Amino acid sequence: MSEETNTTTVTELDPAAVKAEMLKIYPAKTAKKRGKQIILNDPDNPPEIGANTRTVPGIITQRGCTYAGCRGVVMGPIYDLLQITHGPVGCGYYAWQTRRNLVRPPEGTTNYLQYCMNTDMQEDQIVFGGEKKLAQAIREAYAIFKPKAIAILSTCPVGLIGDDVHAVARQMKEELGINVMGFSCEGYKGVSQSAGHHIANNGVFKNIIGLDDKPDEAEFNMNILGEYNIGGDAWEIDTLLRKCGIHVTATLSGDVSYDQVKKCHTVQLNGVMCHRSINYIAEMMEKKFGIPWIKVNFIGAEATAKTLRKIAKFFDSKKLTDRVEEVIAQEMLALRPVREEIKAKHKGKKAALFVGGSRAHHYQDLFRDIGMEIVSAGYEFAHRDDYEGRKVLPTIKVDADSRNIEELHVEADPERFKPSKTPEQIAALEAGGFNFKDYEGMMVEMKKLTLVIDDISHHEMEKLIEIYKPDIIGSGIKDKFVIEKMGVPCKQLHSYDYSGPYAAFGGAINFYREVDRMLTTKVWKFITPPWEKDPQSATPLTHTTKTEAKNETKAWRKPAAADGAEG
Amino acid sequence: MLNGTTAEIKPREALRINPAKTCQPIGAMYAALGINGCMPHSHGSQGCCSYHRSHLTRHFKEPVVATTSSFTEGASVFGGLANMTQALSNIFTIYNPKIVAVHTTCLSEVIGDDIPMMIKKAKEEKIIPDGKYVIHANTPSFVGSHVTGFASMVTGMVKYLAEASGKSEAQLKAEPQLNVIPGYIDPADMRELKRIIKEMGVKTVMFPDTSGVLDLPQDGQYRMFPSGGATIEEIKSSGDSVGTIALGHFASHPAAIELDEKCKVPSALLELPYGLTNTDKFIHALRTHGGVDVPGSIGQERGRLLDAMSDMHQYFHGKRVAIVGDPDHVIALTQFLVELDMKPAYVFTGSSGKHFEQRLTEILGNHAPDAMIKQNVDLFELHQQIKNNPVDLIIGNTYSKYISRVENIPFVRFGFPVLDRMGHRYFPAVGYMGALRLMEKINDALLDHKDRECAEENFELIQ
Repeated sequence: MSEETNTTTVTELDPAAVKAEMLKIYPAKTAKKRGKQIILNDPDNPPEIGANTRTVPGIITQRGCTYAGCRGVVMGPIYDLLQITHGPVGCGYYAWQTRRNLVRPPEGTTNYLQYCMNTDMQEDQIVFGGEKKLAQAIREAYAIFKPKAIAILSTCPVGLIGDDVHAVARQMKEELGINVMGFSCEGYKGVSQSAGHHIANNGVFKNIIGLDDKPDEAEFNMNILGEYNIGGDAWEIDTLLRKCGIHVTATLSGDVSYDQVKKCHTVQLNGVMCHRSINYIAEMMEKKFGIPWIKVNFIGAEATAKTLRKIAKFFDSKKLTDRVEEVIAQEMLALRPVREEIKAKHKGKKAALFVGGSRAHHYQDLFRDIGMEIVSAGYEFAHRDDYEGRKVLPTIKVDADSRNIEELHVEADPERFKPSKTPEQIAALEAGGFNFKDYEGMMVEMKKLTLVIDDISHHEMEKLIEIYKPDIIGSGIKDKFVIEKMGVPCKQLHSYDYSGPYAAFGGAINFYREVDRMLTTKVWKFITPPWEKDPQSATPLTHTTKTEAKNETKAWRKPAAADGAEG
Repeated sequence: MLNGTTAEIKPREALRINPAKTCQPIGAMYAALGINGCMPHSHGSQGCCSYHRSHLTRHFKEPVVATTSSFTEGASVFGGLANMTQALSNIFTIYNPKIVAVHTTCLSEVIGDDIPMMIKKAKEEKIIPDGKYVIHANTPSFVGSHVTGFASMVTGMVKYLAEASGKSEAQLKAEPQLNVIPGYIDPADMRELKRIIKEMGVKTVMFPDTSGVLDLPQDGQYRMFPSGGATIEEIKSSGDSVGTIALGHFASHPAAIELDEKCKVPSALLELPYGLTNTDKFIHALRTHGGVDVPGSIGQERGRLLDAMSDMHQYFHGKRVAIVGDPDHVIALTQFLVELDMKPAYVFTGSSGKHFEQRLTEILGNHAPDAMIKQNVDLFELHQQIKNNPVDLIIGNTYSKYISRVENIPFVRFGFPVLDRMGHRYFPAVGYMGALRLMEKINDALLDHKDRECAEENFELIQ
């Protein structure tokens, strides 16, 4: 590729040329691979995108590993489940308090998110096996903390040396009389975090869900799946739903207890926020317990209102429908003036989003709320269905990496399969345009010819900024300061830059204000020093008499001319 | 908060709780960033690289770029040669660094990947272009800690790059050059060491040097390979230096010894220049081996530090302190606390090494014979010990802040990582000026606590 010099002048209006410019520098094999992951969108008929495929070695990627997806994302926030990372010290250490899953455990409950427990595997365990040390670590953890349940999370060496964490889990379950479960989430198991989400879903489904059949007493009872309470998002959602009269039994996994997860199969409905990380549990709960699932999105005011109406429609109660409309009206009353004020300032400005497996889609709604344009977007670890919609599921080829991840065979539970709707009711809802278990993906909502970039590389990000000059980018910690060095503000959408919440109506207001802050801060305007802007602009030397000083008549006493800040 | 932690200390042989260390590769990645034009490369699963980049970025709030071999299950079974070859081809084509510094991970170590063989093959196949370098360090996470990972990469620099040109002793002494191996310290510290060296007028080569790499100014431009870092030529020339000043037993001495073995460069094996006497030793070594006089400006810095110590020592005297962190940091800082008449009560490191206990026993022997000195220990145990016998001050990395909050004990952030404050990114802790800053932080923490907690009648305007 490198010898074929591309002389096309790249303009903002020619995304095909932008793509060519991004690929130009790559060796042929890399260009071919990356070319499949950079797509010019067609919302009416989303083209096939390369996704959930291996990262090219040597490419600076945003992606993490299977362990991070399992331990860090899905399992981490279950606050009273004691979790032990089996492996050398690093993996457990990096997963310790680095995601912002806020929790408020009840008084007296130990919050294990504040603890990093691991087996700190040493060389002799690598040589002779680490099962004994793991069993001993579990005994010690039990002796100190007396937890309700223990999970073991595996790191790379565990699988390679052949430690059987599941056998140790069974042995310790018997010995201690509490639930102990193993997760084979070694980092190399998949092409990204995504494999870890699936492994965690399987483990939670096999080992926790269904252990307690007593439902919470509530007229309208649901779970929120794929919501991690970053910066308090789940609390915003919970508060909003409670206002409407809807009870949330469990949020997987955000501010959630082991006991809540045990009984989460007793609800009438599952709402799926992050499709990528949790659709497996939603599917399995439907098969085994008959609980229907719908896609929900509480990111963005319009999206939140739409989601509330969809939930109300499902429950089919006039009381609930009326209440939902009342709540939307109230919330919008507070939100509208803020939104309009900020929209007036930033309408038409450009954003680009490269993050996660759902946020790069959901956050488009928040930017659209304030009239901003999405010039490009892509996920870090999503699959084709998250881009093109679930309709492509039957056509996705299962490759060697995906085959490594167990697909649980799930059947209807002979006693507990109790759908909250009859097949007739479901058919009637569907006839009225209600979509169950559907996710249409990111592409249908994005403009024609917008660049959709999966697993964006550092080089592609640099090119994108150079060519599109976005006003703001949503990304993660590894990119943030690269982007900001170029003078473009970057919002971390994993950690929210330690602010938030951004979910539901209250969160939307926070986000609009945050974007306003980032787009209006003076800091970027100070980059060029005054002597470079205008070498003649130095404050002149003048003579000043005491009288003049007293009367404040001198020029330097008057408001100074713009000195950079207004730039 | 931390309400599962009780004063009762139950024996633990297998379970690590709240570690005071992390794994080797992150140290190797940090060290590699101290070479000019270097791309650190993580040979293993991409999660390692992602975690290390994220963690370093949180500590520095700067771009931290590194590449990975992105192993999947196939590579784990068949070996990582294909991934390494493709990675090197991509790295040199796309990013074009001057040098790639490879470190291994658990994964590539367990399957036994032979990195020197891979580098040799890539050279033969011209995947590594002429004039470019690839070096490596073995850094499995099941050995050592981030500190030994750092030391291994610095040693790797010497192994691969340092050379003795064969000049005569007279030629070398005509324009003598000293090496400074600064240890696992922040860019602001390395910048301060260079300022002191310049002030002293000694010709030195410092490696690694992350100043100008991880403390970049905002000028609206992003540079993947900024101007900072020790150049390959400088590191090569370290073999021609008249001596090496190596700061820190764990992070720096191994590289100095390697250089002595390889190029017969003698070394002064010092501790990190935290506090008065450790800085004195550093200045003294520069003066003696660099053949210069100590300028008045340095003498004045020393004098100002000593003046502050005499003005304020009543607030430090006898205060019980828990210190936890990396061994070189803890050893040198404890020395300073002794100079301030403080009483180190718990002196802990998560890393392993007998030298830690031996050296601290020497430092604390007469001054604080009851101090508990422990290596290979964690923050959970520190918290339990504090519950049994409290302290007046905790000094440690950001993770210690939970203990500080629960026990309502003043806290000074120090070492690696600091994830929630900004000072370490700009202000040094080394040298006399760094010691003043450390003193100020300790004094502020103690007096802020007193002002907040004391009875109203004892709330005083002047201290």
